[in-house]
Order: sequence, then structure tokens, then C-alpha cells
Amino acid sequence: MSEQVVTRYKVSERANHWVTAISFILLAASGLALFHPAFFFMNNLLGGGTWSRILHPFIGVVMVVSFFIFATQLWSQNKITAADREWQKHLGDILCNKATQLPEIGKYNIGQKYLFWILVITIALLLVSGVVMWQPWFTPIFPIVLVRLASLVHAIAGFIAILAIIVHIYSAYWVKGSVRGMTRGTVTAAWAKHHHPGWYKDISKGNR
Amino acid sequence: MALQSLDIKARSATTTPSPAVRGEAIKVAKLIDISKCIGCKACQVACMEWNDLRDEVGTNAGTYDNPRDLTDQSWTVMRFAEVEVQAGKLEWLIRKDGCMHCADPGCLKACPAPGAIVQYTNGIVDFHEENCIGCGYCITGCPFNIPRISKKDGKAYKCTLCSDRVAVGMEPACVKTCPTGAILFGSKDDMIHHAEGRITDLKERGYQNAGLYDPSGVGGTHVMYVLQHADQPGLYNNLPKDPHISPMVSLWKGVTKPLASFALGLAVFAGFFHYVTSGPNEVKDEEHTS
Amino acid sequence: MTNHWVDIKNTDLVLIMGGNAAEAHPCGFKWVTEAKAHRKAKLIVVDPRFTRSAAVADFYAPIRAGTDIAFLGGLINYLLINDKIQHEYVKNYTDFSFLVKEEYGFEDGIFTGYNAEKRSYDKSTWGYQIGKDGFVLTDPSLENPRCVYRMMKAHYSRYTPDMVSTICGTPKDAFLKICAMAAETSAPNKAMTIMYALGWTQHSQGTQMIRTAAMVQLLLGNIGVAGGGMNALRGHSNIQGLTDLGLLSNLLPGYMTLPSDAEQDYKTYIEKRAFKPMRPGQMSYWQNYGKFFVSTMKAWYGDAATAENNWAYDWLPKLDKGYDILQVFENMNNGSVNGYICQGFNPLAAAPCKVKVSGSLAKLKFLVTIDPLATETSEFWQNHGEYNDVDPTKIATEVFRLPSTCFAEEDGSLVSSSRVLQWHWKAAEPPGDALGDQEILAGIFLKVRELYKKDGGAFPDPILNLTWKHRQPYSPSPEELAKEFSGRALKEVTDPKDATKVLVKAGEQINGFGELRDDGSTACGCWIFAGCWSEKGNLMARRDNSDPYGIGQTLNWAFAWPANRRILYNRASCDPSGKPYDPKRKVIGWDAGVGKWTGSDIPDFKADSAPEEGMNPFIMNPEGVARFFAIDKMAEGPFPEHYEPMESPLLNNPLHPKNDQARANPAARVFKGDWVTFGKPDKFPYVCTTYRLTEHFHFWTKHVKTSAIIQPEQFVEMGEELAKEKGIKSGDHVRVKSNRGFIVAVAVVTKRVPTLNVGGKKVHTVGVPIHWGFMGLAKNGYITNSLTPFVGDANTQTPEFKAFIVNIEKV
Repeated sequence: MSEQVVTRYKVSERANHWVTAISFILLAASGLALFHPAFFFMNNLLGGGTWSRILHPFIGVVMVVSFFIFATQLWSQNKITAADREWQKHLGDILCNKATQLPEIGKYNIGQKYLFWILVITIALLLVSGVVMWQPWFTPIFPIVLVRLASLVHAIAGFIAILAIIVHIYSAYWVKGSVRGMTRGTVTAAWAKHHHPGWYKDISKGNR
Repeated sequence: MALQSLDIKARSATTTPSPAVRGEAIKVAKLIDISKCIGCKACQVACMEWNDLRDEVGTNAGTYDNPRDLTDQSWTVMRFAEVEVQAGKLEWLIRKDGCMHCADPGCLKACPAPGAIVQYTNGIVDFHEENCIGCGYCITGCPFNIPRISKKDGKAYKCTLCSDRVAVGMEPACVKTCPTGAILFGSKDDMIHHAEGRITDLKERGYQNAGLYDPSGVGGTHVMYVLQHADQPGLYNNLPKDPHISPMVSLWKGVTKPLASFALGLAVFAGFFHYVTSGPNEVKDEEHTS
Repeated sequence: MTNHWVDIKNTDLVLIMGGNAAEAHPCGFKWVTEAKAHRKAKLIVVDPRFTRSAAVADFYAPIRAGTDIAFLGGLINYLLINDKIQHEYVKNYTDFSFLVKEEYGFEDGIFTGYNAEKRSYDKSTWGYQIGKDGFVLTDPSLENPRCVYRMMKAHYSRYTPDMVSTICGTPKDAFLKICAMAAETSAPNKAMTIMYALGWTQHSQGTQMIRTAAMVQLLLGNIGVAGGGMNALRGHSNIQGLTDLGLLSNLLPGYMTLPSDAEQDYKTYIEKRAFKPMRPGQMSYWQNYGKFFVSTMKAWYGDAATAENNWAYDWLPKLDKGYDILQVFENMNNGSVNGYICQGFNPLAAAPCKVKVSGSLAKLKFLVTIDPLATETSEFWQNHGEYNDVDPTKIATEVFRLPSTCFAEEDGSLVSSSRVLQWHWKAAEPPGDALGDQEILAGIFLKVRELYKKDGGAFPDPILNLTWKHRQPYSPSPEELAKEFSGRALKEVTDPKDATKVLVKAGEQINGFGELRDDGSTACGCWIFAGCWSEKGNLMARRDNSDPYGIGQTLNWAFAWPANRRILYNRASCDPSGKPYDPKRKVIGWDAGVGKWTGSDIPDFKADSAPEEGMNPFIMNPEGVARFFAIDKMAEGPFPEHYEPMESPLLNNPLHPKNDQARANPAARVFKGDWVTFGKPDKFPYVCTTYRLTEHFHFWTKHVKTSAIIQPEQFVEMGEELAKEKGIKSGDHVRVKSNRGFIVAVAVVTKRVPTLNVGGKKVHTVGVPIHWGFMGLAKNGYITNSLTPFVGDANTQTPEFKAFIVNIEKV
């Protein structure tokens, strides 16, 4: 019996996601390494402290480019609707795997949409503050006060982004059947109907 | 600059205590008496020679200041200021700029690389460039705008207070070379005592506001100035009146770091416990078949 | 220096004028900070610019460059009018009471005996009245209007505070404040020191500036005492040694003088110099001139110098005139010099009026430079663009560059400003083919001697007979040369009072110039250095800095000339009865118990002459006292008079507005062709002065990386008011022009160069540091001496680098 599947992500979208994701992991690891001594060992991922300092901003640029291409593709589907807000009210039940009567939501639920917007904002902040902090190329241009502010903003934005991504990864693992959407591009129709009925309806119509 | 026989009191990006069994060393200090300084720049040359530094042959920008700013090759520069504190009485204030060796060093606080910045028990704050990763956080941490990143190796440099000389009982090179005795070196207590005598002399010569610059905002410094106008340190090429580590740096490098790290850990554990308590979110079989 | 560096710490007041000790002598300047710290001494700086010395001074006053005699003359007037003088001192130890010849006079800026055509004086009227006993007539009551005191008072009565301010541009209140501060040191237990350097010597009336300052010090009783003195800060290592050893064209070693053309007879030569005492009971140390002279000739010619040939007197050149550097380049320019051996000297950069020097070098057949560096002079024929715009194809001079060692690559002695001969040891081997100067000169000499031997010549005797007893003829060692100038006994030298008492055995090094003889039994290359290398060894190498009296005399540190004496004229630190004026700073004093002068220093006196004998302290003068009235010793007059610099922003001398002859120094030598090179204030309205910076040493250290880093590029300094008038901002490039040339440099606009009010006229000053050129590691620049005038001091011919006129424009 072949299970009925639907396409959730095209190849280009998957590629984009994983470029962003891998960059993010490297950035998070090298960033955290400088954030607290407890994480300093993580810079070995990029070949040590100095290599981390050198590579981190370049990887950052890769991530920013790939993320924003990806984000423009997903932009319109991440607008928050009334149904999303209704869905949000059931969050407690959802987390306890007890949800029953849920509003019909689209391709993304509100949690995913929050993640999207959090990443759009934090990555934009990381980009701007990162340029100001980029030694030895750009920092000498800026006044020291701005560099200090940038360091603070970079740390806070990075913290929020990492926190959001932890939630993102866990959610993907927790909601069984999600990961294959980003690895193979398809999810089961049942999964789609269960988690994103609105979206399933739309694509079913399109298929007809 | 390098490993040597001075005990380390504090070490950057290190959360465990440094070896602390040996008794407290005498705190040292360099005292720069601006009222005796003639701006000859012998200290600059001594610094270049002892530390094997050679900056570029630059240009003249219409002042006596050369090199024009601190660089990775110039760990100290003279800054000249022409001021008239009292109308008609010109003063040429010449300040030897360089690392102040704060008791509460912002550079060390900001540095993310373990052991790249150390503070010795005698008070000297030193960069160990072999551990430096070149991030430049020390620059943001410094209230005096002192460290400079080298274009040659991407590492941060500044005055070491000749820690290598001090470690073997010698004075810093600039102190040794100063022809007028405007730069002195000794225990911080002795230097404060000497400064008191100088301040009395300056007051007798009409400098009513003469005083010692040992700012408490950074816990005091191990490089101190005798100023003719201690009430207006800004006259001396913008020497900060009340330097302290920027609140932004304190926020970023202070309590935020452990709290945020804790929050991240908490998030991971929350996920794990959620999974083992609530189980996975699965699409039920009947939904597949329907 | 009459005193020495360390002694400055003993002073109560430091006057830095005609110099910038902090800038040019930072290491010695530490003794000023010591005086301030330990004696609460005050520091006064008088300078056209607010200098590095002024930065640490208690009081600064501006002055127009070249007007120091007016300032100091005003100070003399203040001291005399307000009676702020050390009475006992001036009455006993100076010529206050001496009577001046009736024929002597001074009218509207000119002294008696002036010859306008020759620009020189017949000095026969400049003297004392001599009595029938052959001694000078005096009037101890000081009532006689012809006594020096009265004459001096009258002469300087014209130098009122208003006149000083009119000439110097110094605010009157600032001038009077300095007068009052200086006047305090007329107290017998107070001392002022005066520190000066090229800021006084490099004027067309420089020697007289120094004399005026010395007169101030005498009035205040500040000569011979600890913390006092006239202290010339010598810049170039080893320029003190150069003058001591007589390397100037008219000198022999130890300040003996070469004979003139008119002095063909040996006896006349000696008699003229072995001054007889002019007052009863005085010593007149120069009576020993013959002993010093004969010993020098024995050192040079050995056995060939005999009593029969007047100790080879005939082999000495007899001068028709001085051959100072200006005269030599004038001759070169006239085409009368074929070759020039230029040793340790960079005249293209260091001599005035570059265009004339460059043109003169181009007229040579050959030029030899002996220097550790490739200097501007050795490369004068190369085109270096705007900095040395010459056409090498038109220069036929053949240049030989002989690389020599620098001071760190050789053993030897250097003489400091303190007159201390200090031995130093080689720190490194010379690079490449470099040879020591004495090796190079030995090579040249031996070759020339060989040519004379082989081919004969017009006058071979002085060359063929020269002593050359060096173990390595081609490499005379510093030790051999040092022993030679210190001197040795050729025959046994005995005590003149007791012929059985042998002072030095034949062949031994002598202990001091007291042992020199004029019978050919001693040889001494430089009498003032005598004893620096005795049988006790090399005293110059001593490094014992123990200071038993606590006033910094350190008699066991190296060796000071003369006779290891640290403070000259130190008998004058005591009152006539032999008690120190200030017991806390005792230099010497009469110890009746042992019948000798004793103390922290070697007495500059007959050591056993009791005060009652009445011998006076200034034993080098035949009068026994110091002179306010210079008799015939100076070119331009017995009392210093203010004259304008040769180029000045004023059209006349405010003291003599109607007498054009008295505008600038009437006795300064000007070569015919050079009058047209002087500019007029209508085209060149600003005063220009040149100077040195701490960061550099002359034209050498631009070859040193560290010095090039800390002061990389040529600049000129000007006040804010002038800059504003000319639309110049700091960092702009400006052209400074004189009537002889121009330079282009970065402008440093500063509050430190004040605009002066000179008799109601605004006078701006432009300051030009000298250190740049077209060789070396610093940024190339113009040679500052492109601007300077080709005229020197009337006595020494030191060029007038410190005051001339220019114009300035933004480039």
C-alpha cells in the first residue's frame, strides 16, 4: 500500500532551508563560543577561536542571503489570520496532545509564523550589528559607542534566534511526520489534513 | 605579551579562580607627572625599541602628534594640547597616552577568549596575543579607547607596562628613558605618596586644582597622572573625567551571559521533558486511512 | 658652561633664553626639574616661541628674535637703577672701579674708532687708564664719571622698560616681572643660572648677547657660585671637544691662538699673549702661555722642535684672516678653492644660503666627505626633484665618499657641556668598509708625507717633521692620542722651588698643566686637558659618582678640564675674607688651619694664597677681576649695544632711528656679493627663526627609523593671527620665501607663536625646524638653509640662523 503523500517543499526551498539551517548551526556554535566561556569549546567546530572569528561573519552573510531568499518565498503564507489566533487559544491542549476541535489553519500555524517573524527581525538585527562588529574590516569605521551597542544587540538577537530555533527543532521532532517535509519534500496527506487542514484543502483543490 | 613569572589574578573568559595561594603581590603603578613632561617622545622610542615595534613613517597633520594615534605598533603616543585655562596664560599640556591598567579592566571583562587578557597580581593588565582571536571586544570594553587590532596578524595589542621587565625587577622602558623624571614607577602606595608631594608643589606654584588622576570608576588605575588641572581632565586631549566600563558592555558581558546561557539550556531541557511526559504528536492511524 | 649640568640642581632661578633646553637638551634638562623639586626653584623662559621648555616653566615671556641685547640691557638698567646688585661682589671682583680712557666714546650707536668702509673698529681707545706704575687706575669710591660702573650705568640708561618693550615686543609687565625675579638673586645666598645655546650664538651680534647675559650674572654675583653661572649648552657631540682642541681656523689647542701675518717673531707672539698683571698682586694665569705653547709644539714636532728653531714656530701658519665656514665658502664661490675635505660635516644642509653653498661645491675639482652617512653634501650633485633641483651634467666636481665610524663604533673621549671628558667604549663593530676618522686621516697624511718625501714641495718641513710615533702608523689608537693630549715629561720635571724634588720622571705622564715647562722638557697636545691620563691611569674612564658634599660635584666621575675643576671662578663664591657666601652650597673656602682653599671642588685659584694677599678670583684676566668693560676683546664695542639682525622687519634701530650705520651690527662682516641677497621688509614682512626639535638631531636622525616615525615630515610653525590673515589652516602646505630661496612644508598653526606688538607695529614670526633634507628615512623635504642669510656674528662668524625675514603663502 502506497501512502498518499502531498508536496510540502520544493527542491529549491529545501535546499535554501538547509543552507540556512547549517549556517545557523555553525553561527550559533561559533557565536555561543564567544558568548560564554562554557561554550568556548564549540569554536573548534570551525577550527578554533581565530578561525571562528574569521569565518563567522562570512557564514553569516551566506545565511542572511539564503534566509532572505527563503523568507521572500514564504512571506505571504506567514501573515497571521483570525483562524491562527483562535488556534493559539488551544495551545495548551495542543501541547498536551489533547486538542480536538481546532480551527482550520493554513500551511503554517501561528507558532511557525511567530518563528518566521522572529527570525526575520533577529537576522536583520544580526546582520546590521554584525557588520558593525566585523573585525578588522568595518569596526574601525564606526564610533566606539555604536560598536558597543552593536555587540549588545548582536548578543540579544542571537540569543532570541537560538531560543526560537531550539523550539523550532524540537517542534519538528515532536510533531511526527514533519521532518520528511523538509528532507524529502513530501508529507502524508493525513499529516497535512491533521495539522494544516486549510492548506490541505487548498492543494487538494489545486490538484483537481 | 607572553608567559612569564608573574602570578595571574584574573584571566579573560575564565569562570574558575586563578591560582591564589601565593600571597598578594605589591601593587605597582606608573606615575606620569604631566607638569614635568616636555613631550620629547623618548618614551615612545623606548617603547618601540624594547618591544621591537616600528610604526610607519607617517605624515605631519599640522600638529606635533606623531604617530597620530595609538596603533598595534605604537603602544604609547604623546598628545599635545594648547589651552588657556586662565585668559592670556597659554599652557601646552602634553599627555602620554596608553593603557591605564585599570584595576577593573573593561577589556578583560569583554574578552571572550580564555587567557587572551590577564591581570597579574601586581595590577598589570596584559594581553597574551597567542590566545587572542582578534574579535576586538576588548576595544569595546575599554573606557579609554586603547587596544588596537593589528592589520598584520589580526590580534589586539596595547601597552604591557613592560610586564616582562617588571617580572624581573626592572622598571618599564618608558620610565627608564624619561629624561626629566616625569614618568616614575614603583608601588602604587609610593606613587600616590610621591604624587602628593608634587601636588603640593604645583599648588604652591599657582595650580589650585592640581591633583592625582586615579579614577575610581574603573577601580583605580595602575597608570596615574599628576594633572595641573585635575578638575578638568578633558583639557588633556579628552582624558575622561569619570571613566567606567560602558553600561552596554556590563549588560552584554555581565549578568546577561549566565542568565541567557541558562535560558538556552532550560529550553533544551523543557523540550526533552515535554517529549518524555507528553509524548510525540502523531497523526492517528485512522486519519491515514480515512 | 662655567658650571656644570648637575650643578643646575643647586639653583634658585633658571633663566632659559637663547636656547630651548627641554627641546634640545632633554637629558640635561632633568637638572632643572631637580632644582624645581628640591630647591623650589622657578623657571623663566624668554623665547619668540612658547617652547617645550616654556611648557614646564613658571613664567614665559615672548621676545622678537634677535633683540636679546635690548632685553638684557634693560635688565642691567633695572638692576642698576633699583640697586639690586651684589655690592661686595661687584666692588671687589669686577672692574666697577676701573677708569676708562678719556678718548673712548659712544655716539648714536657707534663707538670711537669706526671705519665704515672696512666695517671694523680701531680699538685703541677702548681701554683703561693706566697709571705710572703700569697698573690700571681705579676709583673705589665709584664717583669718577669715567669709572666702569658710571659709564655702564649711563650706557644702559637708554634701555628703559618702554624701550625694551618697543624693541623686543615683550609686554612691559612681563619684562618687569622677570626683572624682579632675577633681582632677588642679588642676595649673596641666592643664585640664578642662565642656560643658553644656539639661540644666542647664531646671530650677527650673538657673542655680545652672551656677554650682556654674563654682565647680568656678574651684577647679581652669580658667577663662580653653585647654582649660578653662564651655561652654554653644547649640542653636537663632541662640539665642546672640537673647540677645546682648537679645530677653529684661528685657534690652537686649549684656546691658544694662531699667530697673525704681522706676528712673524716668536718672542712678540708669546709676549702679546702672556699678559702681565694689570693690578698689583694679581696672578694673570696666561703668563704661562709659553709653557703651554712650547709643550704643544713638542707634542707635535718632538725632537724637531728646539729652542734654536723657536720650537718650530715658523712652521705654524700665520693668518691673514679667519677661515671660518662662511669665508671658506666665499672663497670656494670665488673659485679660489680646488678641493675640500669635509669631515663629519654636512654644509649643504648646515651652512646658510643653500644656493650659494651648492654653487660653491659645484666649482670644486674634488670633494671628499668623511661621514658615517650619505649626506646631502656628498650627494649635492644629484637631482632630487624639487628638494635639490640641480643638473648633474653641469657639475664636474669629483666626489669621494669615505665611510667612517660613528661614535658607538669607536673608543674615545667626548667632552660634555660641563667640560667633562668622559671616556666611552666601542659598542659595535663598524659596518662594511667604514674606518675610524683617525685611520682615514692617517692614511691621507702618510700618503701626503710620502709624496712630499718623494717629490719635495714648496714647504715640506711642517709635514715631514710631524711626530708620528704610533704603534700602528695607519691606525693611531684613541689611547695613544688621549695620552698625547694629556701630556708627558720628556725629561725629568722638578719643583721650581726645590730642584731636588722630582715632580715627574722622564717618560711619565704628567699630572696637570702646572707641570708644563717652556724649556722643551714636556709635551702636551692640549694643555687644558693635561692630567686626564696621568700615571694613575685614564681618569676620563672613572665612574665613581660619590658626592661627599651633596651638591653634585662628583670629582671622581671622569675628568673635567681644567684640572678636574667643576665650577670655574669658584673663588668668587666666597667673600673677600674667604668665607662662602652661602655655606649651604659651599664650593670652596679658605681653611686657615691648613693654609689652603678647600671644599667640594678644585679651587680655581692659587691654592695657598691667603685672602689677605688680595689676589682676585678671575685669574685668567690680567686684572684679576671680571670685566663689564670688554676693552678691546670684542669686535663691535666694549659695552654690548642692541643692533637689529642683518635682516629685520624694522627699517631702523629704535635706539638710533636716524643712524643707518647703527641699524644692524656695524662690525659684522658681509661679503660684497651678499648685500643684494638681503631682503627688505616690504617684500618679506615676517620674522623667521630656525631651530631644532627634540625628536631629531641635526640632519643625522632622519636616517634613523624611530626618529623618522616620531617626527616624519617637514613643517613650519606660525601664529593663529598670521594664519588667519593668509587663509592658512593647520595641515595645509605653505611656501616660505626669503630673498635667497624658498621651502614648501606643512603648516602647523599654533597659539605658541605669538604675534608681537613692536613699537605699535604687529610683528609675526614664522618658525622653521631644520631637520629635513633629501636623504634619509623621514619624508624628504627642503633644506631649511635655503632661506638663511650668508652673514655671521662679528666675532665668531657663526651664521645668523635665528633671525631673518621671509614671506609666506599657501600653496
